[in-house]
Amino acid sequence: MIHFVLLISRQGKVRLTKWYSPYSQKERSKVIRELSSEILSRGPKLCNFVEWRGFKVVYKRYASLYFCICSDQDDNELETLSIIHHYVETLDRYFGSVCELDLIFNFHKAYFILDEILLAGEMQETSKRTTLRLIAAQEELLEAAKEEASSLSSIIAQATK
Amino acid sequence: MDPILNPFSSGTRLRDMIRAIRACKTAAEERAAIRKECAAIRASINENDPDYRHRNLAKLMFIHMLGYPTHFGQMECLKCIASPGFPEKRIGYLGLMLLLDERQEVLMLVTNSLKQDLNHTNQYIVGLALCALGNICSAEMARDLAPEVERLLQFRDPNIRKKAALCSIRIIKKVPDLAENFVKPATALLKEKHHGVLITAVQLCADLCKVSREALEHIRKKCTEGLVRTLKDLANSSYSPEYDVSGITDPFLHIRLLKLLRLLGEGDADASDSMNDILAQVGTKTESNKVAANAILYECVQTIMSIEGNGGLRVLAIGILGKFLSNRDNNIRYVALNMLMKAVTADPQAVLRYRATILECVKDADASIRKRALELVYVLVNESNVKPLTTELVSYLETCDQDFKGDLTAKICAIVSKFSPEKIWYIDQMIKVLLEAGNFVKDEVWRALIVVISNASELHGYAVRALYKAFQNHNVITLTSIFYQEAFTRVAIWCIGEYGDLLINNVGMLDLEDRITVTESDAVDLIEITIQCHALDFTTKAMALVALLKLSSRFPSCSERIREIIVKYKGNFVLELQQRSIEFNSIIARHQNIRSMLVERMPVLDEATFIGRQAGSLPDAGSISAGSSVSLPNGVAKPADSLVDLLDLNSNDAPAPSSSGGDFLQDLLGVDLSPAAQSGANQTSKSGTDALLDLLSVGSVSRPVESPSAQSNSSAIDILSASKSEKASVSPLDDLSSLSLSSRTTSITGAAPMMDLLDGFASTPPKSENNGTVYPSITAFESSSLQLTFNFSKQPGNSQTTNIQATFINLSSDEYTDFIFQAAVPKFLQLQLDPASGSTLPANGNGSITQNFRVTNSQNGKKSLVMRIRITYKINGKEKLEEGQISNFPRDL
Repeated sequence: MIHFVLLISRQGKVRLTKWYSPYSQKERSKVIRELSSEILSRGPKLCNFVEWRGFKVVYKRYASLYFCICSDQDDNELETLSIIHHYVETLDRYFGSVCELDLIFNFHKAYFILDEILLAGEMQETSKRTTLRLIAAQEELLEAAKEEASSLSSIIAQATK
Repeated sequence: MDPILNPFSSGTRLRDMIRAIRACKTAAEERAAIRKECAAIRASINENDPDYRHRNLAKLMFIHMLGYPTHFGQMECLKCIASPGFPEKRIGYLGLMLLLDERQEVLMLVTNSLKQDLNHTNQYIVGLALCALGNICSAEMARDLAPEVERLLQFRDPNIRKKAALCSIRIIKKVPDLAENFVKPATALLKEKHHGVLITAVQLCADLCKVSREALEHIRKKCTEGLVRTLKDLANSSYSPEYDVSGITDPFLHIRLLKLLRLLGEGDADASDSMNDILAQVGTKTESNKVAANAILYECVQTIMSIEGNGGLRVLAIGILGKFLSNRDNNIRYVALNMLMKAVTADPQAVLRYRATILECVKDADASIRKRALELVYVLVNESNVKPLTTELVSYLETCDQDFKGDLTAKICAIVSKFSPEKIWYIDQMIKVLLEAGNFVKDEVWRALIVVISNASELHGYAVRALYKAFQNHNVITLTSIFYQEAFTRVAIWCIGEYGDLLINNVGMLDLEDRITVTESDAVDLIEITIQCHALDFTTKAMALVALLKLSSRFPSCSERIREIIVKYKGNFVLELQQRSIEFNSIIARHQNIRSMLVERMPVLDEATFIGRQAGSLPDAGSISAGSSVSLPNGVAKPADSLVDLLDLNSNDAPAPSSSGGDFLQDLLGVDLSPAAQSGANQTSKSGTDALLDLLSVGSVSRPVESPSAQSNSSAIDILSASKSEKASVSPLDDLSSLSLSSRTTSITGAAPMMDLLDGFASTPPKSENNGTVYPSITAFESSSLQLTFNFSKQPGNSQTTNIQATFINLSSDEYTDFIFQAAVPKFLQLQLDPASGSTLPANGNGSITQNFRVTNSQNGKKSLVMRIRITYKINGKEKLEEGQISNFPRDL
């Protein structure tokens, strides 16, 4: 099971955190601090696994971002690595060659996409197409709500003119 | 696109806020910007404007991610979730998952909204609710909402079914009792074609198997065949672009299926048999040059290793691991080592074939790989290969990274002590390890070495010479160099102290040894250098002083020189050293006649006791070994710790270690100095751990002799500001009990008999002066086994203080040993106990123990004396405890 997902920039800034196991807010910041210093200091050629507090943290660097997933000791590390890659590819397709800025300004979308791929610390959907289709469908709902709101306000505006 | 709904809304937009925060150049600027933004959000929250809720929440999440507190936004999440629109709900649930965790009470408030949303007509809202529930639900929520989730497992849209399946995993993990409700719907989902549903159903089944035995049996019986077929279809499926990962169709599903099959095959021959073919197929046909493919192979190997044996498959699996191990990708090597670790129990011989490669991995540049490899080496070691493996590891110790040395030495020490074929080899290896990485070993390690040396009487000479040679050759300590190895030094000086004579005379030469010439003064030189080295901590120096004392007797010609060295420490800031210096000096100068007896060779240390004790105190080991660098404001806390260690060694059969110099001598020498000191020692040794307990149960307890560290403290009040520490130790005690504690002043009296001991071996507890009014004696306490009488007398000119002589008589037919009397008084009284006359009480009233104490009554005339007592003793080694309250004191005391 995956316990948490972290996205950390090379400068140690947090870009996304997703917790599937209960960590209090205080523990969360401690975990982030510990792990970011451990992972950011590792050389480029070393393996992508770090043993940490009886768990395994699998990380991979994409450009300026480190994607880290903490999973159980007996989980398949190589699969976790593939999950990271799967998520990154999905993001890439959604944003169109994704970069760190996309994830900063649209952090909520990164969360929504992650929520379509992982749930309860397990793999939910292995098809990127399905994931993106679901995201698109929800964005349509969003647009519809927005239009409704604006048409409503224009009616109000006209009525009060 | 911004998460803004109302085009007329004012205030900064999310995007603008992020930009503003990113533009901050310093941390202070950022803090200020965020403070401003938070204030605006709070204000907006207070206005309770639903139009801004959405945006405020988005901003808060960003602020939260930067690590700032956002608790004030928690209620906004709930409001958003409760609002009817999809956009608000979506951001609300996201906020809920990010800003809250399952342990927060607020979460309970959301259960109702979740329930409604799980029944919503809009499937996306149902999806949001399932997602939130799956990620943060607590046990209570799981119980409340399980029926909804169970129903949703049959929802028409597959995307909801898959979410519901994962949500069920969370529920059964939180409440395993609910597992049985999910077995049927879960197995039904296994027949689906939709990959999302299939993979989640497989995971749900795996988790069901983990929490419930019945579920495992059911799934094994009903689904194994189907799962094997599904995996077969998947492995043979043609290219499908939707699920393809570098040429393999859905590796994730592959892996989950293999994982579930592993659970089903474990411990069941039939199930294992039915999956043999497909495992062989996956193991042979998967091309291994991509991560995804290797991940499948890795999982396949794990499954093969776990299910019931099939020789051919095992060979295949070990072969795959061998290929992995020689892979150049670090990740692949890492998982190979990881897997070999598991395979080692099934087939150690096969794993041993890769010994050389594994040893190479111990030296890898990558810490994760090194650690894995080292662990693997550790389990691979046996009696036959211990020597070459240890040699490899020890030689690597010279070159490896500093931060890896700790792990490596720990493992080497464990291997050596577990498998060493002979003692001489053990001693050799440990000397090497201590020389290379002495600062990384735990304290038990060097102590164990001393125990082993002490036990190998035929090797005493060899060991001390080897240590001496190593010491000389490696320049372990020079006054100018900072290269020193504390642990090695300790072992060396201990041995030289003990076996100095064997060193000089080349006694017990083994054939393989070279003859060395060491003069008496060479040996003393070495210890002198050690003791002068500033880098060494005081425990080592204390050991050096003991070694010198021993050498003074072993080498009478050097005695005067040794005394001069020892005398230099009589003004040392570390009390322990100061005390030893003074005592040892007096032994050398004035007690020639008993010195040789005092410093006789240590009795053989009992290995079994040592190992037993080690096992008992293992959790503390870390903290003890950390005590090497001690800062000593007044020499109390930590030194005591490490001294206890030291004493542990020196006196394995003493009743309990204690750190006073006097006791140390007593233990060290094995001479019963005086009954008075004995009782003191016994009591103090107890005081450390039991003090609190005593205090809490009896009120406050007064002890005849203050704990040794404080004792030496007070004697050095002038040098150090120890009075402060004394005070500090009193106050918490006062807080603890409403009664006052009155043992502080006893330190001086405690110290006095100790000086006596050294001077004349005659203890004279201070006599009480009988003066003034005569009061009748009382029988203060009487039980079937013990009688206690008090005799009173007043101090002349001090009507408040009463001298009391307590006399204890044993009424039973068994002798009492380790007899300890403790007393506690309320706050208006003060109590000073002198040492008792002995700690052994003969049977049938054939003798008594007396103990004097003084009680000062600050409310003399208004209140009469009252006292609680507690008496502990041993009958044939069994602890007995008697307690009571004394209130029949004569009225006007």
